Amino acid sequence: MIGLAIGAGVFLILGAFLLLYRLHTLVAVMKRPEETAGAGMNKTNAFILLLFLISGMALLFWYSITYFDDYQLPIASEHGVTTDRLFWITMAITGFVFIVTQILLFYFSFKYQHNDKRKALFFPENNKLEIIWTILPAIVLTTLVIYGLIVWNKVMAPAPEEAEVVEIMGYQFAWRVRYPGKDGKLGSYDFRKIDVTNEFGLDFSDKAAYDDFMPRELHLPKGKPVEFRIRARDVLHSVFAPHFRLKMDAVPGMPTRFWFVPTKTTEEMREETGNSDFNYEIACTEVCGKGHFSMRLLVIVHEAEEYEKWKAEQQPWLSKHPEYMAQVPDNLKELAMIKSQAQDISIN
Amino acid sequence: MASTVLDEHVDHITEDHAHEHNESFITKYIFSQDHKTIAKQFLITGIFWALIGGFMSLVFRMQLGFPDTQLEWLRPLLGKWLTTEGKLDPEFYLALVTMHGTIMVFFVLTAGLSGTFSNFLIPLQIGARDMASGFMNMLSYWFFFTSSVIMFFSLFIETGPASGGWVIYPPLSALPQAMSGSGLGMTLWLISMALFIVSTLLGGINYITTIINMRTRGMSFAKMPLTIWSFFLTAIIGLLSFPVLLAAALLLIFDRSFGTSFFLSDIYIAGEALPNIGGSPILFQHLFWFLGHPEVYIVLLPALGITSEVISTNSRKPIFGYKAMILSMVGITVLSFVVWAHHMFVSGMNPFLGSVFMLLTLIIAVPSAVKVFNYLTTLWKGNIIFTPAMLFSIGLVSFFISGGLTGLFVGNSAIDIQLHDTYFIVAHFHLVMGSAAFFGLMAGVYHWFPKMFGRMMDAKLGYLHFWVSFVGIYMVFFPMHYIGIAGFPRRYYSFTNFDAFSSFTDLNAFVTIAAIATFFAQFVFLFNFFYSMFRGKRAPANPWRSNTLEWTTPRVPKHGNWPGEIPTVYRWPYDYSKPGAKEDFIPQNVPLSETPESNLPAEAAKVAVEKVNEDK
Repeated sequence: MIGLAIGAGVFLILGAFLLLYRLHTLVAVMKRPEETAGAGMNKTNAFILLLFLISGMALLFWYSITYFDDYQLPIASEHGVTTDRLFWITMAITGFVFIVTQILLFYFSFKYQHNDKRKALFFPENNKLEIIWTILPAIVLTTLVIYGLIVWNKVMAPAPEEAEVVEIMGYQFAWRVRYPGKDGKLGSYDFRKIDVTNEFGLDFSDKAAYDDFMPRELHLPKGKPVEFRIRARDVLHSVFAPHFRLKMDAVPGMPTRFWFVPTKTTEEMREETGNSDFNYEIACTEVCGKGHFSMRLLVIVHEAEEYEKWKAEQQPWLSKHPEYMAQVPDNLKELAMIKSQAQDISIN
Repeated sequence: MASTVLDEHVDHITEDHAHEHNESFITKYIFSQDHKTIAKQFLITGIFWALIGGFMSLVFRMQLGFPDTQLEWLRPLLGKWLTTEGKLDPEFYLALVTMHGTIMVFFVLTAGLSGTFSNFLIPLQIGARDMASGFMNMLSYWFFFTSSVIMFFSLFIETGPASGGWVIYPPLSALPQAMSGSGLGMTLWLISMALFIVSTLLGGINYITTIINMRTRGMSFAKMPLTIWSFFLTAIIGLLSFPVLLAAALLLIFDRSFGTSFFLSDIYIAGEALPNIGGSPILFQHLFWFLGHPEVYIVLLPALGITSEVISTNSRKPIFGYKAMILSMVGITVLSFVVWAHHMFVSGMNPFLGSVFMLLTLIIAVPSAVKVFNYLTTLWKGNIIFTPAMLFSIGLVSFFISGGLTGLFVGNSAIDIQLHDTYFIVAHFHLVMGSAAFFGLMAGVYHWFPKMFGRMMDAKLGYLHFWVSFVGIYMVFFPMHYIGIAGFPRRYYSFTNFDAFSSFTDLNAFVTIAAIATFFAQFVFLFNFFYSMFRGKRAPANPWRSNTLEWTTPRVPKHGNWPGEIPTVYRWPYDYSKPGAKEDFIPQNVPLSETPESNLPAEAAKVAVEKVNEDK
């Protein structure tokens, strides 16, 4: 009933508007034929254009300056400093061009609004001008390209040999991480071996797999190169660590990688941001289904010694799941026992 | 002169043949072969889709801006896609985002823009009675219509429409077990798009053929309006790139239904390992973006062409650098084919390829910059009349600058690492391609409405429409830059799971409010459009005092366009405010010999040649 009343109300209001509009146009037709440029509103429109320029620019500067800290994430990786520098250099250049061209656009529109007494300038071409504004952007862009290439090639260069290797695997809808264990080598895997417990599909015919361990969170050392080996189990995902300025897709069937050097521990970041609850996070940035927005992985950056200590405390996966010993080939069983128990022995 | 050969071209349809045949309602309005009617069909269908696509964006903007709102009142429409608490289902959120993208890019801005104005303007502006093949043209619309019906139908099926993003990356789009939208919804999406591509190709072949073969006497390529140049190049891009999408879609259909492994490999999903081995999801991305990137220019070039025409006419000034404008469009056309992988910098593709594509991508900024400078110079010392079309064109240039400049960030692979798939990208392409092309479409409608329907649209309502849309669009998309720099990923149903993305709730609410206002401003346009179609003021033959040939036709051109002989073209379309001329415009069909007072020295020499051609 209320719905009906609202409907009828809206209908009546619209009807009233329609009538008013019709009346207005009829009166306008009676008054005078519209001869003036821009339906008699040329000056008004020119003025609003100028007003828009001024208030828009004011709003832009006010917001960008006042809320700078809100949208500028602190940087926590070595390469992040260089990519951010490139970002702000590009911002300076494009910002300048943006301001100049927008001012010209709106100011010209205002200044050269129609005037019966004036005639427009017949100015169809000028090769010199064309050449100037072809070459100028070309030079600026070349600079940006060269700088960009240098940074890109450095970021994407192969990881140094001593890099800590960590595997990150995405699946619907979470991340799992795997460390190589004492031998420093990630064991090989096969997607056909995946089951509910063996989420990574570890292949136990490979010796390197016996001491691999999978903690719940991602732990990283400060100041040491870290290489992410990234893969996906079902559909595309993308590893995005905003504070490390790091992003790389996880592709089923095609492992990818990204290396970087964390420069601030979680503790240091808590101090810097003044937020005692601060945590590094990894998010997914390639749409992967229903839970895409909830693929959060907690990242903890330690001082290097702390990290080594943490690593030493971790139990190999195989020791927690002895039932998988059955998959180990007979001739390697003893080795598997030793490697997977090794940690326990050293701790005790 | 090369054009003299072309000048001898004579139209084949004689005037008596062209009109005065009795048409039934069906052949006149439904299965019409008249390019003008087909153009209107494309336009109305495009408007219909724009409303649906726009409304979808409001629904997901509600979720982003006001995540706690009850959407229970949408239950009659959304049914089980609302959770029991009256909130949007996360999977349906993705479906909305996907369909919004698909609808806006293909059905509104490709079919609605290119389909409308290429069809309407090509024969009228080059001086032809109709398209090269009226029948193919009709097929083009009806393929599009069928494709629309299927896509529309897919919105209502139980498993929901396609929902893996408008880029439909496999494996997500290939595996029904990955999300429910990848079931029947995705199948319908692929069928619909295949038909859409057929429609685009039929249209494109027609546009190209018509422009090459059917120009009136004197209409050399060097005298063609920039609109025609833009439609010509757009059609070429479409013709070369759409088949690649068709190939990608076919391979995806094989992977989905016939057990092939083009894009699938090493997949464990829903508790089982799939048998597929050796496929590459990256391959699909390459194929998709080989169309996907040129598609940006398919959407944008016609809008830029329309803008060039409108800005020149309403500045009462020739477009500055006509040749440079053509060259830059040709440059954009060529380069648009070699930049696709900039969408894939962090896809896992070889970083060296990343370097190559970054270089090529930033080169494309040069012709774009040239176009902007030329627009600015055209305004300089003009005598500007702010018709609604002119305002929309100025708005387009403003969006083109704002969105184009952010292209220098995301086109630079090193910066793109951080910005890829964040709201920065959303801001970038909605400004440079979405809003700019939408404003081009609007400029075109306001400018050519008098020729389409013989009546004027109400200018004041047009101004209201423009100002709310212009300010609204900036308020929607500009804040997204900040949200994107802060790292917020796109296609997120909610940001509450992450500490890093927990801020900006106020800005997101603001964006949503602006989006609602912008959407409702479009109803002002709708009213104006349909009301003026029947009750608007009768339009004079040449309301904007413009030079191009369409304004030499009667108020409402019949089938065949010109009642008498097709006019001959003697000059370029931009003789505005020529020194010495009586009026501030000289239409293209006025011979140089009739305007001795305003002829430039080079033109004066041509008068003699003109005479010889006349006699032939």
